[in-house]
Amino acid sequence: MDDVDRAIVNQLQGGFPICERPYAEAAAELGLGEDELIRRVEALLAAGTLTRFGPMYHAERLGGALTLAAMKIPLDDFERVNAIVNGFPEVAHNYAREHEFNMWFVLATETPERIGEVIAEIEQATGCKVYNMPKLEEFFVGLRFEA
Amino acid sequence: MELNVVKHSVVTSQRPSVDDIDRRLLAAIQHGLPLTSRPYAEIGASLGMSEAQVIARLAQLKAGGVIRRFGVVVRHHELGYSANAMVVWDVPDEQAAELGRCLAGFDFITLCYRRPRRLPAWRYNLYCMIHGQSRDEVLAHLEWMVNHCGLQSLPHEVLFSRRRFKQRGAVYTSGRRAR
Repeated sequence: MDDVDRAIVNQLQGGFPICERPYAEAAAELGLGEDELIRRVEALLAAGTLTRFGPMYHAERLGGALTLAAMKIPLDDFERVNAIVNGFPEVAHNYAREHEFNMWFVLATETPERIGEVIAEIEQATGCKVYNMPKLEEFFVGLRFEA
Repeated sequence: MELNVVKHSVVTSQRPSVDDIDRRLLAAIQHGLPLTSRPYAEIGASLGMSEAQVIARLAQLKAGGVIRRFGVVVRHHELGYSANAMVVWDVPDEQAAELGRCLAGFDFITLCYRRPRRLPAWRYNLYCMIHGQSRDEVLAHLEWMVNHCGLQSLPHEVLFSRRRFKQRGAVYTSGRRAR
């Protein structure tokens, strides 16, 4: 990744134009040509530096739901439970963390009702309790990683 | 260290109307925008819509907050931000909003939420995510934050991530759903 790539990543994290020739508009702000911007975004995606280029949706406003859930899993049982949890398509991401509560995952469902159902299904499949930690209030941050 | 401008909102169940055409459009671009000169025309062609219709609807979905952000998703690991910690705080409920706004103002904080306690197993009600290039950097950020926001007396724990198993966005289908 060179300085131009870094400038592209930093700018696109702030947003992307919605107009007829959005790459041309974004490229102009970066002092690049449209073709070069497209080629570089393609390369950043291929290299895995960017995982996605497009919209981030607001699940609740689409009628869906999101929640954070946590589990306390005995270490010698972790791999078994982890495999089961990751097998659920509603599990959007999942991190092992250093704590007695050692598994933290996000559930994304198409309806609010489905959150409770998936939690019950995970508890039944794993034999472990799932703690639902839905957001009550969000404090907005400027989500940016300085590249 | 500079503070960002902080916005703040209470979570509501507000739902702008999203119709079936919107859903098909959102489904068509959920995995990314075409990398061509006129991406909205290409999306429109696949859905039987004009470029102008696509642009108008996307602008409206963004204005209504259905699309939170239009841009890139960065794999922070690949940029060298390999350490991430979830820091959880036990904060008096009446102080949570003020402290949440304070934490969210730091540029190394990427998420900040108030969540329910689960007593007796879990006492913490304020969460924030700190990213850094190393564990030491994350801990230095934390110390700075504790001093700056006056959090010395508040119980908190740092949960470093050990492994990441899945990282993908939520997936939406274009299927028509009952409301």
